[in-house]
Amino acid sequence: MSQALDTARQTLLAPAGLGDRDLEALFGQLLAHRLDYADLYFQYSRHESWSLEEGQVKSGSYSVDQGVGVRAVSGEKTGFAYSDVILLPALTDAAMAARAIARHGASATAAVRWRPGPVLALYAPLDPLASLEDAAKVRLLEQVEAEARAADPRVTQVMASLSGVQDVMLVARSDGILAADVRPLVRLNVTVIVEANGRRETASHGGGGRVSYQQFLQNHSAREYAQAAVRQALVNLEADEAPAGTMKVVLGPGWPGILLHEAIGHGLEGDFNRKGTSAFSGRIGERVAARGVTVVDDGTLADRRGSLNVDDEGTPTQCTVLIEDGILKGYMQDTHNARLMGVAPTGNGRRESYAHLPLPRMTNTYMLPGRHDPQEIIASVDRGLYAVNFGGGQVDITNGKFVFSASEAYLIENGQVTRPVKGATLIGNGPDVLTRVSRVGNDLALDSGVGTCGKDGQSVPVGVGQPTLLIDGLTVGGTQQG
Amino acid sequence: MNQSISRGDCEPLKTYVTDALAEARRLGASGAEANVSVGQGLSVNVRLGEVETVEHTRDQGLAVTVFFGQRSGSASTSDLSPSALRDCVRAAASIARYTAADDCAGLADPTELATEFPDLDLYHPWNPGVERSIEMARECEAAARATDARITNSEGASLNTHEHLEVYGNSHGFLGSAAMTRHSMSCAVIGQDDSGMQREYWYSVARDPANLEPAAAIGRQAARRTVGRLGARKLSTRKTPVIFEAPVASSLLSHFVGAIRGTSLYRRASFLLDHLGKPVFAPHVRIHEQPFLPKGLGSSTFDGDGVAPRERDLVRGGILEGYVLDVYAARKLGLKTTGNAGGVHNLMIDPGPDGLTALLRQMHTGLLVTDLIGFGINNVTGDYSRGAAGFWVENGEIGDPVEEITIAGNLRDMYRGIVAVGNDTDTRGNIRSGSILIDHMTLAGD
Repeated sequence: MSQALDTARQTLLAPAGLGDRDLEALFGQLLAHRLDYADLYFQYSRHESWSLEEGQVKSGSYSVDQGVGVRAVSGEKTGFAYSDVILLPALTDAAMAARAIARHGASATAAVRWRPGPVLALYAPLDPLASLEDAAKVRLLEQVEAEARAADPRVTQVMASLSGVQDVMLVARSDGILAADVRPLVRLNVTVIVEANGRRETASHGGGGRVSYQQFLQNHSAREYAQAAVRQALVNLEADEAPAGTMKVVLGPGWPGILLHEAIGHGLEGDFNRKGTSAFSGRIGERVAARGVTVVDDGTLADRRGSLNVDDEGTPTQCTVLIEDGILKGYMQDTHNARLMGVAPTGNGRRESYAHLPLPRMTNTYMLPGRHDPQEIIASVDRGLYAVNFGGGQVDITNGKFVFSASEAYLIENGQVTRPVKGATLIGNGPDVLTRVSRVGNDLALDSGVGTCGKDGQSVPVGVGQPTLLIDGLTVGGTQQG
Repeated sequence: MNQSISRGDCEPLKTYVTDALAEARRLGASGAEANVSVGQGLSVNVRLGEVETVEHTRDQGLAVTVFFGQRSGSASTSDLSPSALRDCVRAAASIARYTAADDCAGLADPTELATEFPDLDLYHPWNPGVERSIEMARECEAAARATDARITNSEGASLNTHEHLEVYGNSHGFLGSAAMTRHSMSCAVIGQDDSGMQREYWYSVARDPANLEPAAAIGRQAARRTVGRLGARKLSTRKTPVIFEAPVASSLLSHFVGAIRGTSLYRRASFLLDHLGKPVFAPHVRIHEQPFLPKGLGSSTFDGDGVAPRERDLVRGGILEGYVLDVYAARKLGLKTTGNAGGVHNLMIDPGPDGLTALLRQMHTGLLVTDLIGFGINNVTGDYSRGAAGFWVENGEIGDPVEEITIAGNLRDMYRGIVAVGNDTDTRGNIRSGSILIDHMTLAGD
């Protein structure tokens, strides 16, 4: 019996006096209709955030969110209801509403016998909120401010925030699996504004993961993040207009891996491929990237923001190969789409909360390293863009067009990185952009733990990564022609 | 406990607010404010004629902010039981022990609080039931699929009904409530030909179900927009005039609101710092706020601070006439709140005399943008660069669909470069705009 399962029972079921027999009785009511599958998702989530501006931590907030979601599946149909209250009468109401998706009659599984499902141990079941005294949280933010101010006199504003979440979940499934997870998540972020000669610029940096706040102290994150934000803002203060047109683009390691998330990640989620609405539908086994390009989605990395011991449907996460040496290998699946496509779930069933339905979602998506030295990659480019930091991105799944917006970029001229240019949006076509990857660096890096992915109005934390990459043609959306 | 909604009656919710305020007072807070809301609804999605999901939604929550002199703390909970409520107020008070004293913190001045609560006609409950909802969604999707043989697949059609009650109160004795409904129907279909697949959608949203577009009309519009994108090509890089079609034009006004929000201004994180009384838009542009519009999606009699919003011009004759401020930001800037805690209320750019067809003729040759993707807006510099799709226009006629291009410029130039605003106002959001013609931007492609 896992510690997480004990904690989850204590946190989620015990206060309502709910025992295994009650859950069995609920499933008895659910399965009195012709269902293929049903699950209950219990969640208790505590969140805090502290924010600093103008040198002072002026505001802090704390929230508690709890509830239970009931899902009933019959063929391609899903009935769903949830309650903010974890009490038997509310649960019964929700179960009645959800099961109405199917007619009365015997389900395949008649009686449920509980057994704990396999769960990984990628992070400690700790409570980040309790990992540091409140006064020390305030001091950490004050230190971020001091580091940013000390970094350069042109810094005029510093905004910093610290947030922590402890999320306790338990999923009970009609196949008898009971799985639970206690998920910590912390994040420290800093945004600076710099001013000189009548020009102003801004930049942000941050990081975090499924760890305690202590990690920020041990890693001297306050200094690292503050200096990174100030450095980037000062670079942009000097930036010229970005070029416009299609050119060679070198992407730096780490966070620029948002390329993979947008260009191919979403398009390889099981729901779009079951429905045939993705530009990648039906293309398993085909070449979608250059030789030497291997991309995985890996939910099993220790302490990472996108990692999960078990997904929100009780499936342990795994490392799923999406593209191997340029060939499309597989999709990311939740249980619903996997069942309908006749394949195995891949531990990618995720939901924002009990009040949302699970969907196939990414975890940590990254490209494996190649053999090229990053300096040699830059030196190989006559004229192009070197983009090392990015803001958000977006994709149109169906036609495959994707964008991601550079927030720190430079011109490459005659094999040398020369002038900084302003941020610009890069646009490309997912199914063929990776076929134009002509060099893969040996410097794989993962992002610092800041990614949040949105789909169907649901946000979940994710990670990305890649080595330095050369793409032979990508459209850069600046203003400078020629 | 689960708070249920009964005929839009907010009275039962008021107790939660007064209890939270009383608890704050008991803990020694010098001031407090609390907000409680409950919502419920039904959402059905039908795909390829079959039911895909039936979701019953039901949300509740209470948020409280307490003040101890100039120090504050906030907390929220989805559990409204008496013990959870007490814990929530205590958590807020505990945070206030560690936050710094802030001169500008505090509730609105009592004289600024709303005193009149006209009925804005926002509450039109609609409960068609699961079966009828499915029928309507089916009708919508079927109309889309029957529109054109190239509609080969679908993401489905959805019907959503929702009602929401909210009460805000503070320790000045203010207690305001609002009951509102929001219903929507949407459809997204996939078209396919030799060139590949395209997806587009259409939706209708209204406080009153009687104001929703007919299901079949929504479906047909989704299909027409999808088929229109088939065969899209790239363009070469060039400078060009651009028309933002009404459904995407409102995003230009959202960026404007982002730049004149109080937090952006006092943090000096705006490209429109110190522009009050100065020209920001082309001289023919007027942008005004209509908080009391009956059935409006952004209508409200009081804002998140309990302050009454005002009917006003933000831009008149192209000149910036006002900012978007809440109580806190106003104090930071030495100004008066504009009743915008929580955002603007039905912002609208005045339509010009002509429709989109006339705008296309006026542009003659250029880009009509119907879809934008990405987040390439720098609120500090006004630099703008986003992915776009739409149509290339020649001689005032819509020509080939285009995609995989970006449009870039600076919002300051784009606002001053507004040549015309269409009369085809899209009223489906809190920000309303007709199509907008801008003199030139940089289009990046091949």
